[in-house]
Amino acid sequence: MTAPPSEVTATAAATATGTAPLLRTHGLTKHFPIRRGLLGRAVGRVRAVDGVDLTVPAGRTVALVGESGCGKSTLGRCLMRFFEPTSGEISYRRTDGTVIDLAKLDERALKPYRSEIRLVFQDPFASLNPRMTLLQIIGEPLRVNLGLGAAETEERVAELLRRVGLRPEYLRRYPNAFSGGQRQRVGIARALALAPRMVVADEAVSALDVSVRAQILNLLKDLQDESDLTYLFISHDLGVVEYMADEIAVMYVGKVVETGATDELYGQPLHPYTEALLSAVPEPDPGARRRERVVLRGEVADASNVPQGCPFHPRCFYARDRCRTEVPALREIAAGRTSACHFAGELELKGCRA
Amino acid sequence: MPTTEASWERQQTPPRQNILEIEGLHTQFELDDGVVQAVSGVDLAIARGEVLAVVGESGCGKSVMARSVLRLVDRPGRITGGQIRVRTDDGAADMVSAAPETVREVRGKRVAMVFQEPMSSMSPMHTIGNQIGEAIRLHERVTKAEARARAVELLGRVGIPAPERRVDEYPFQMSGGMLQRVMIAMALSCGPQLLIADEPTTALDVTTQAQILDLLRGLQEETGMAVMLITHDLGVAAQMADRVAVMYLGTVVEEGRVEDVFRAPRHPYTTALLRSVPKLGSGSRERLRPVRGMVPHSYRRPSGCPFHPRCDEFMAGRCDVTVPEPLRDQGRPGAVSCLLYEEHEEHEEHEETTP
Repeated sequence: MTAPPSEVTATAAATATGTAPLLRTHGLTKHFPIRRGLLGRAVGRVRAVDGVDLTVPAGRTVALVGESGCGKSTLGRCLMRFFEPTSGEISYRRTDGTVIDLAKLDERALKPYRSEIRLVFQDPFASLNPRMTLLQIIGEPLRVNLGLGAAETEERVAELLRRVGLRPEYLRRYPNAFSGGQRQRVGIARALALAPRMVVADEAVSALDVSVRAQILNLLKDLQDESDLTYLFISHDLGVVEYMADEIAVMYVGKVVETGATDELYGQPLHPYTEALLSAVPEPDPGARRRERVVLRGEVADASNVPQGCPFHPRCFYARDRCRTEVPALREIAAGRTSACHFAGELELKGCRA
Repeated sequence: MPTTEASWERQQTPPRQNILEIEGLHTQFELDDGVVQAVSGVDLAIARGEVLAVVGESGCGKSVMARSVLRLVDRPGRITGGQIRVRTDDGAADMVSAAPETVREVRGKRVAMVFQEPMSSMSPMHTIGNQIGEAIRLHERVTKAEARARAVELLGRVGIPAPERRVDEYPFQMSGGMLQRVMIAMALSCGPQLLIADEPTTALDVTTQAQILDLLRGLQEETGMAVMLITHDLGVAAQMADRVAVMYLGTVVEEGRVEDVFRAPRHPYTTALLRSVPKLGSGSRERLRPVRGMVPHSYRRPSGCPFHPRCDEFMAGRCDVTVPEPLRDQGRPGAVSCLLYEEHEEHEEHEETTP
């Protein structure tokens, strides 16, 4: 059997450029219905992810940043179909170079890709089964997917524990014996167990202590170098993101509002929301204390009741009349830089590079 | 030797009035498998109106230390030694030995606490107004209506919009940032002289964190209360504190003015912690240099200096034998517990005596 023509062209394109994305979303949307009443009729919807185009180049790290409730975690989960996307495409390049749309696969067809794209969860307390030992938690994918025997599984799990900075003696302990930080390391070990191609790290280091976090960040970088891993790094910590990511997508209420290479975006943000995020980071330098800060007013907009016009306008210091009525589209401002602000390029926004 | 009150006062040029003095505090957890020394000989003081940040990684005992101050350590935890002197109208109360009535009197009224997770620190069954009102009525004789009016006023002060409406809401109706404001309002309800904030912004977004830190700063300046800020975030400590104490395995390894400790850290652990944080805006992609190894198993406390197995400056035969005492530096207020500096002093003395 020969592959359909469309896949052949995709393969050709991929090998020709060599920088083909591993994963690319087009118009990815996830709306959660709000149901009320006896019949559970949908009375509204939460636009958790609202038409996101995101490109994740192979072997690189793309960071999704934004406040909680901006849809970054939902987007991460949609990629692996833990949530069914409402609409949109998820193009994934397979090991043989062909491209498929993960959004259209049925559960069985999806299964092989579930071991290629692994997720490190956000909440280390909710994501580990309290009735399983670390050996069982981390060893499960090894036994199920690779069919390893007990002795070999134990050896591999001990090695994985060591790599994420836990003592191999902890093998037979239960998650309740561990702190949040240690549990998160268990989650990372489990994600790494199957040597995936892509890891979606959803606030993976947020629960870790600084010294441990630095070890894990180093580990994630080493793994990327060794096995050409691709990361989608979902985080609210802009210091960590700057260190880890090659490219950044800033999200606000379900939409990407700015993208760009890390250095450029930190040097000169093109969206007022990005400026505010960068400004809010407390620096470990008492001298930076008198620095003028942009402290945002109010809270993230409600995704079930998105403000008219630009979703950010009620909190924006630069908002003008146009922002209250007209929804800004994400548009290219400079090469490799996009922003969803009517006045991107006109506003003088502060970055955080000296 | 543990620091005495006299030496605390000597180190500051204008004599400081300490509202809290912790001396030789030991808090331990007696578990089936062994004894965990969560707090192992902590000496700390906070002066009136001062912001002290206590930083350290999880398991360093900073939260247990803070909870010990209010005698909030649950069994199997137990304070086994030391003194915690809280200034009261008639002198000082030692929270370690005080009678339960005194402890209740100090809690909330003199020393209030804000916890990390506002959602689990509040009752889901009572309105916010009732919960704040309860705290007020516990310490002061006021009617329910007065307590409610005070609650509304407090909610307004912590920046909650439409406080007269939100006072009747339940915790689940509020966001994390708003709830943390409610917690702060509750803590302020009886005008404490010291607010202990245990990781108050850890569960919040950066933007909300900035708002809450701004609020805490503003309230601190306005009321003149002292703040003990427990945090793992060096950035938060640097932005908020006047003084900082770095904890490792239940002891304070370094303490001093925030500028000194962050600009010129003296303890190797402080140095290692600071270089573990990717610096925002540096654009550096160089490998981070974290602290080597891991925090030792809590039942197996290293001999000598607790940090020696992970220390870059480890001196065999000294650090693994001798427990370092806090050393003062002539040049700057504060102390460091590291044999490195003890040795320097010995050297200098040595050179002086043998020219």
